[in-house]
This record gives sequence, structure tokens and C-alpha cells, in this order.
Amino acid sequence: MAVFIDKRLNAKNKSMANRQRFVRRYKSQIKHSLAESINRRKVTDHQSDEDVSISKKDLSEPTFKQGEGGIKQRIYPGNDQFSEGDKIPRPKTSQGTGTGESGASDSGVGEDDFIFSISADEYLNLLFDDLELPNLQFNQVDKLIDYKTVRAGYCNEGAIANIDIVKSLQGSIARRMVMTSDKRKQLKHCQQQLVLLEQKNEDQSAAKIQLTEKIAILKDKIAKVPFIDTFDLRYRNYDKQTIPSSKAVMFCLMDVSGSMVQATKDMAKRFYILLYLFLTRNYKTINVVYIIHHTQAKEVDEQNFFYSKETGGTIISSALKLLYQIIKKRYNSKDWNIYVAQASDGDNWQDDTPKCYQLLANKILPIIRFYSYIEINNNEPKSLWLEYQRLIDKYPHFTMRQITEVADIYPVFRDLFKKTANINAGWGQYGR
Amino acid sequence: MAVDFSFDKLPDCAEWTFDYLEKYKQQIDRVAKFYGLDTYPNQLEMITSEQMMDAYASVGMPIGYNHWSFGKRFLQTQQNYMRGHMGLAYEIVINSNPCITYLMEENTLTMQALVMAHASYGHNSFFKGNYLFQTWTEADSIIDYLLFAKNYIHQCEQTYGINEVEATLDACHALMSHGVDRYKRPQKMSLAKELEQQQERELYLQSQVDQLWQKLDNNNTERDKQSSNERIFPESPQENILYFIEKNAPLLTPWQREIVRIVRKTAQYFYPQKQTQVMNEGWACFWHYTIINHLFDEGLLTNKFMLEFLHHHTSVINQPAYNSPQYTGINPYALGFSMYSDIRRICEHPSDEDKEWFPQLTGSNWLEAVKSAMQNYKDESFISQYLSPHLIREFKFFELVDDDKQNHIEVTSIHNDKGYQKIRTALAKQYDLSHIEANIQIINADIEGDRSLTLEYIPQNNVNLADTKDEVIKHLHYLWQFDVNLVTQDKEMYTQILSHCPEELEP
Repeated sequence: MAVFIDKRLNAKNKSMANRQRFVRRYKSQIKHSLAESINRRKVTDHQSDEDVSISKKDLSEPTFKQGEGGIKQRIYPGNDQFSEGDKIPRPKTSQGTGTGESGASDSGVGEDDFIFSISADEYLNLLFDDLELPNLQFNQVDKLIDYKTVRAGYCNEGAIANIDIVKSLQGSIARRMVMTSDKRKQLKHCQQQLVLLEQKNEDQSAAKIQLTEKIAILKDKIAKVPFIDTFDLRYRNYDKQTIPSSKAVMFCLMDVSGSMVQATKDMAKRFYILLYLFLTRNYKTINVVYIIHHTQAKEVDEQNFFYSKETGGTIISSALKLLYQIIKKRYNSKDWNIYVAQASDGDNWQDDTPKCYQLLANKILPIIRFYSYIEINNNEPKSLWLEYQRLIDKYPHFTMRQITEVADIYPVFRDLFKKTANINAGWGQYGR
Repeated sequence: MAVDFSFDKLPDCAEWTFDYLEKYKQQIDRVAKFYGLDTYPNQLEMITSEQMMDAYASVGMPIGYNHWSFGKRFLQTQQNYMRGHMGLAYEIVINSNPCITYLMEENTLTMQALVMAHASYGHNSFFKGNYLFQTWTEADSIIDYLLFAKNYIHQCEQTYGINEVEATLDACHALMSHGVDRYKRPQKMSLAKELEQQQERELYLQSQVDQLWQKLDNNNTERDKQSSNERIFPESPQENILYFIEKNAPLLTPWQREIVRIVRKTAQYFYPQKQTQVMNEGWACFWHYTIINHLFDEGLLTNKFMLEFLHHHTSVINQPAYNSPQYTGINPYALGFSMYSDIRRICEHPSDEDKEWFPQLTGSNWLEAVKSAMQNYKDESFISQYLSPHLIREFKFFELVDDDKQNHIEVTSIHNDKGYQKIRTALAKQYDLSHIEANIQIINADIEGDRSLTLEYIPQNNVNLADTKDEVIKHLHYLWQFDVNLVTQDKEMYTQILSHCPEELEP
């Protein structure tokens, strides 16, 4: 009797569907919890699971239950002090007389939040649920249009220009070999006979003539097998492959002038994380270019970007100039979807601000997908903000938001990327 | 005397192998047969802790339809387990034929042996022997039925969308404990028959409902005549709310009716388990204890094995006192185990007190006695029949009465001569489902008027209905789709409305 069955290798995630139902049902609560978690997360930490908490109240499954009041009789074990007729003051939490099973809530832990973890993947899905990349639709159209022709073996039909001579001749040789092999055998045989006859030195001219004739006929027959037949022809085959246009580059521009303290940089950093995570979900390859500037701009690596000790005055246009140069040099806007996020506290050298406007309006905005300017500043907007505002109407893919504290970041991000019907409809004309 | 039988002993290392398990299984099987335990054939399945959590989440059903609440339970279990807040159940056993026992991979060899004795022979023989299970559950066809239910609900989701199905299931779950027949035996059903009848049932049920509600439109004269007689529907109050909904809800679609039926049938399947917690767990504990001790007495088990076994056994049957931080109510394992052991004690070594209390038990065959106790009772009657003064003293039971009209809680009886009978009765009542669960009945469906449905709550000991009632009524309204009222009668016999859905606008 085979009684033991090893099921350890059977499907594990039997509850997966139920788990997904759960996440689906509590999406909004989970999202709310995530919005808080994004503020705690580290830049480099994109792959870890995330704890989510939901209020237990929201999760209850109501049933008819007996509640408060009335007379309740209950048996308890372990009497150590009571005699019949003793009167005990009622405990403050009226729980004492509830059913035994609910005793756990006596100590006030009953209303705890329900905490569970979701995977990094689910995390990102929920984090960016209902968000979309501006102009993504435009990109998808791109994807369908761009083809690359690649060699893909050989085929039997095609244009004359595509005939592959070597391949075709190989076929021809093979065919001729097959079609003549029988006759060649006979031919060989006859020739051997002829040689034998000649060696015997006897006069057998009748036989010789017969053999010679036969040899001639065979040679003729062999020669009549066509050298090349349409059957032999091989054409080079080509296939059209779509070129993925899902390449993106993200430029992070950060002001590191004296007024940008570490806390301000951290906030900028969080915004960049979100943008980075979001872009990686939509593009196969994503490059990140870090540019810092004070009075001068330079390209740096991630480490230097976030922890640079440099400081000085502010000339924002220097960064924009560098940005434009890099795009021209390395990122052809036909192949790359270019995103720019700029963070600053808004302080700029007065004369420089109009230059920024000029650079953005004439050079940069026409060739990129999306530009977001984040001003981290809890005071009145500075002159740069006012100058930038003039861009908004003209360029729908230019956005700007003010952030005053960490908690603003995710809502601002959601706001920037929320799905809207055709908000960027007029954008296509700037595309190429 | 100290003869070493160690070459004969069963292995006692921590790591189990299927080979070792087979050896234990054979020995346990032999002893179980020696005691005449009647079981379904056993099927033992080795699973991982993660699979155990899966099984746990679906209330121990091997196959279940999908619902978010099972996902919630899974996440809860997983989280608690991973953070070390709880151990997993050592085993899950399913009332089916063959009886399926899940063993967890992480268990030690000793644990596996304990679990096999506990589940595959204890619970298994209980499922086969207890009258409630015999009458109410269908061990042969339950797996098939669950599969049918899962597929059916999946199909509904495909056809009508997850949201609609989820809302229907939510509503049914809220009323699940009010979806069982307490007295009427459900008809036996095989899956084949179930499938065959399902289409037919859909049509028939719908026609019945249509007929019932058509009375509104036809025969106006007759209706007038009848309304003067104050015709009441249903003729008598109905406590099986889900059944009433399945048969009479006017606007339910046929597939929704089938889902109501599935939830109702599932509730019915688990109903005997709810009624026999103490007995079932106690029986399983009694047998793992008896069988393992029997093997030890035969010299087959090492001391090492036995020490580990006793450690697990005692922690399972531990009963913390009322004032201990560990106290979470009366431990059914502890009470049940003690009661079966006590029956055996009374049969074998009765005291004078026992002779007075249990004249029929003293001196009788203990094996017959415990079997008869297992077969013919449910928790409530089991306790009221077999709880002895000896055990009441051992557990130091006492009774509290909390009357909200008084300023104090009163100790009404303790473990003394005067208290034994009262404690026994009160404890039995504590396991009486009709006493624990709120008594709610459908008293009127206004088929000739506004189609409203009225339920009555009949309080016991003046206990109010918990606030969750409004939410439940909302669910009921989802199924009924016309006004739903929940009423009760106050002391002067005036009807009071406890809850109403849809909520009326404030005047």
C-alpha cells in the first residue's frame, strides 16, 4: 500500500491567486502605504521587498455576532483565589467576558495594522499604477515604423538580384551527381571493358565498335543533363526586424551651489529615484547622465552626483549648455527618448536667467521628450521660476513643480505623470 | 532486568526519511488495529512549510475557489510565521475518503510519528465514527465537490467578471454561519449527479422564484382576497438564511444562486467540525498518546524519542490559567484529551465519587466506553455527559456571571460539591452553537408588497447584537436587492428596528 506521497515539489504558490485577489482589492490602501514608504527607501535599493500595512478595520469580514450587554456566563480554568459568591470589580476593558478566542485584544493589540510584504516587482507596479510616461504613445508608433533588414537564410523564390551563385551551384552539382550516377557507372564499366579488350590484342573490332558506340551514347546522355536548372536556384532571404526604439536617456541636473544643503539634495535624489524606476519599467535600456553645476557645469558619476563637496555661486545656463552639448554629441534624438529632470532651489545669477529661457525654448525642448523642473524651496518662487513659467504654455512637455518637504515628492511625481487624455496631443510637432 | 533491545528499536534520529516513516507507520497501524480503530484508508502527503501555509489559508481545504479573504489569511499566516510569532500547525487532516494527512517537511522524525498517530488514526477514526460526520458529511465526494465549486466559480469569473463574483462571495461569506441546516439531513450527492442536476436546478429554481414573485402582477382579485388574510411568507421563520436566499431571492441570477449554494454546502461540510472541536482534538490526542505509549511499553521506542514526544505532547495539551498571559480560552486539546483519559480512568480505577456519578462506566470496558463517547456525542452533550468532578477540580474551573445591570462580576460557582453540576452544565452550554451564535431568523418576505425582507434577532440573556450587524445587512441587501430590515422585540413586545438597508435618509 503506497501511502506516502511526496508533494514537496508540487506547485507551491497555490495561494498566489488568492494573494493577487487580495492585493487587487486593497490596491488603494496599499498604494497609500507605498506613498509613505517611498520616503524611507534608499536610492540603490530597488530590488528589495516592501512592507505594506493596512488598517485591520478595513479588512474585517463582518458576521452576525453577539455583542455587549446582557448577562454573560462563562467558565474559566485555574481558580486560585475565588470562592462562590465573590464579587469582582469589572475590568476596565469590558473584554473580560467576551468569548475566549477574542481574548487577545485585551491588551490592546487587536487593532494593530495588518502588515505584509510585497515583492519589488509588485511594489513598482503599484507605485506606478495609473501613471504613464508622457508621449509614450508616440514612442510606440516609432517602434512599429522602424525596421532593420537582416539576412535570414535562403529560399527557393525571390528576385534575380538576390540569387546566391555559390549556393545555387552547390545545388546544381548535387542534382547532376544524382541524375547521372547510374550512367556514370555504366560508362565506367564500358571504358574498363574497352581497356581489357585492347590489352588482349585480339581482333575483336566488332565488340570494340559496339563498346565505343555505347560509350559515346552514355557521354552524350550525361552531357544532356542540364548544367543548371531553375530547381537549383537559391535566393538570399531577408527578413524585416523591428528596431526597438525603447532606448531612453535620463539627464539629472542638479544645482550644487552653496545654498543647496544635503537635505535639499536628498529630496532631489528621491525624485530622481522615482523617475529612474519609472523609466526602467518602460525602456529596455536606460542611460543616466549626471550633471552638476554651480557657476560651471560638469558631468559626474552617481557617487559624485549625490555626494559632491563642490560648491560656489550659481549659473544655471552652464548646465543647460552642457546638457545640449551632450545630447548633440551622444544622444541623437531620433534614437533616444530624452528625459531631463532638473532640481534646484531656484537661486540663480540674475543675468543668467533669460539665457536659460533661450536655451530651453530654442535648443533643448524641441528635441527631448520630457523636461521637469523641481524647485525645492519653501519660500516665494525665485526669478528662475517666473522665467520658466513662460515656457509652460508653449511646451506641454515642460513641467515644473515646487517641493517643500519630503512628503511632497511622491504626490508631485504622481501628479506629473498621471494619465491624462491627450494632454500632450500637440507635442508631436516638436518631436523630430 | 536491564536488557537492551536497542537493535530492535525504531530509529530515533531527528532527520526523517520515507523509509523510517514507513517503519513507524507500520507499527502505529498495527497498534491502532489492536485497539480496533476504524479508519478510512490513509494517504499521507509530505509538503513544505510554504505549502502548509497555503493549505492553512484555505481553511484546510485541499482545493478551494479563489477569494481575497483566503489571500489575507495566507499573508497573515506567512507574516506571523516568518517573524516567529507562531509555529505552524504540525499537520492538517482532511475529512475525505481516503483520509488525507499533510505532514510538514520541517518536522522531526518524532513529530512525524506523533502526527501520524494523531491525524491518520485519531482524527481519521473520528471522521469515520462520529455520528455528526456520518450524517452530515460526504467523505467520498467532498474532494470532487470542492473541485466542482472551484471550477464553477472560476467560470463565473470569466463570464461575469471578478468584481461581481467577489461581491457575491463576500455577501455569502458574511452569512455563512447562518447557512446551515441544523436539523435536516442534507441529501447525499455525488459529483456526477451534482453536475447533471446543476443545469436543471438553475432552470427549476428560477422558475420557482418567478412563479413566487409573479403573484404580484397576476390575479389582482385573488391578491386582494389574500392580503386581507395577511398572508405571511415564509409561513414559519427561517434560520437558514442562505437557503432562503438561494430559493427565493427575486433578482438573483442563476449563477449567483449556484454560488450561494456552493457557500452553503461548504458551510454545511464544516458544521460538524465546529460542533466537535473538543471531542475531535481530544480524541486525536488521546490516541497519539495511547499508541506511542503502547509502542514504548513494547520496547520499540528509545528514551530519546519518548522525551521529545512527551515534550510536544505536554505543550499541546497545556491549559494556561485564566490569569496567565498565555490564556486564550479553554484549550480544546487539553479538555478533550483529559476527558477521554478520564473516562478510561473511571472504567479502570473508579473512586467512590466516580461510582456515584458514573455508575454505567465504572468497571466497564474502557475501550468500548471511549469509543461510544466518541461516536454518539457532540461537544455540548459530551461535556454535559462526561465531565467529572475529578476533572473540574483538576482544571480548577470556576464560573463567572457578568450581568451588565450589576456593578460587579460575580463568581457563581467553583470546583466544589455545590458547583460541579452547575459548572458542567454551564461549560456544556458554552459549546452549544445555537447558544453561541446569534439567533436570527427570516420572519417575513413581503412578496405582495414592497418585497422587503425582515429578519428578527432573538436575544438570549439580553445580549445585544454586535455592531457588525449593519455591514452584514448590507451584504444581505446585495443578495436580496430590496429593503432589508433587522428587528427585535423589546420587553414590552414592541418591535424595534436594529438595522436597515438601504439606510434611510434622516428626516
